[in-house]
Amino acid sequence: MERKTKINAEEGRQDLLITREFDLPLELLFRAYVEPEIVEQWMGTKVLKLENKVHGGWRFETSDPQGNVVLRTHGVIHEFVPEQKITRTFQMENTPYPAQLEFLVFEKLTDETSKLTMQMIFKSPADREEILKLPFSGGINMAHNRLEKVVRQLI
Amino acid sequence: MNLRRDVFQAIADPTRRAILLLLASQSLTAGAIAANFDTARPTVSKHLQILTECELLKQEQTGREIYYHLNPSKMKEIADFIEPFRQMWDDRFNKLESIMKNYQSKK
Repeated sequence: MERKTKINAEEGRQDLLITREFDLPLELLFRAYVEPEIVEQWMGTKVLKLENKVHGGWRFETSDPQGNVVLRTHGVIHEFVPEQKITRTFQMENTPYPAQLEFLVFEKLTDETSKLTMQMIFKSPADREEILKLPFSGGINMAHNRLEKVVRQLI
Repeated sequence: MNLRRDVFQAIADPTRRAILLLLASQSLTAGAIAANFDTARPTVSKHLQILTECELLKQEQTGREIYYHLNPSKMKEIADFIEPFRQMWDDRFNKLESIMKNYQSKK
């Protein structure tokens, strides 16, 4: 299977870069980031708040299959330029992990394709490692779906 | 070799994964852990025993209480840590792409 999503995490740095090209016009890619009912579908999370503007806030909630809330995340939107960029913070509530800073850049490749570049900046290189080393890193909800598949491949 | 296999079997169970998630941010007693699940207390104890045996959890005696916490070094061994993270995003983006293709055709 082709790996469409690439992650560049250089040793000793406190950031990482996620890049992905989509078979979607830029307009549709950007809509997937701003319309709550669409965000909920692909992020697998409930959108409690999503204010798409400078100084706006966002808050998501993730539940396990039994409906127990396992994680809430929130942050503030610092920059919002439609179909160009979103700059925001990211924090996992009730965890010891420090806030992260995220720079999302949306680009048109052709009329039918687009590219997303997401730079995540952590408080320190150690914090980056700490978060990535957990098998359910980043979204934690992957523990319930992806982890199982990853594990099956390893056994 | 056998132990390694046990670790992967341990996290293949959804309740045990939920226990690991719960303990990702805090140490808890068996009772406090069980309170988070509908499952019977002895079942939760069994899960804790399995997770402890394969060293994903560690026990710590504080006064009369035994607290369970994650053993980070063992968790690290589970998988290449970038790959699950990449797969999570790849999954999300694949989903995003297929959802938005629907929007496109509806236009």
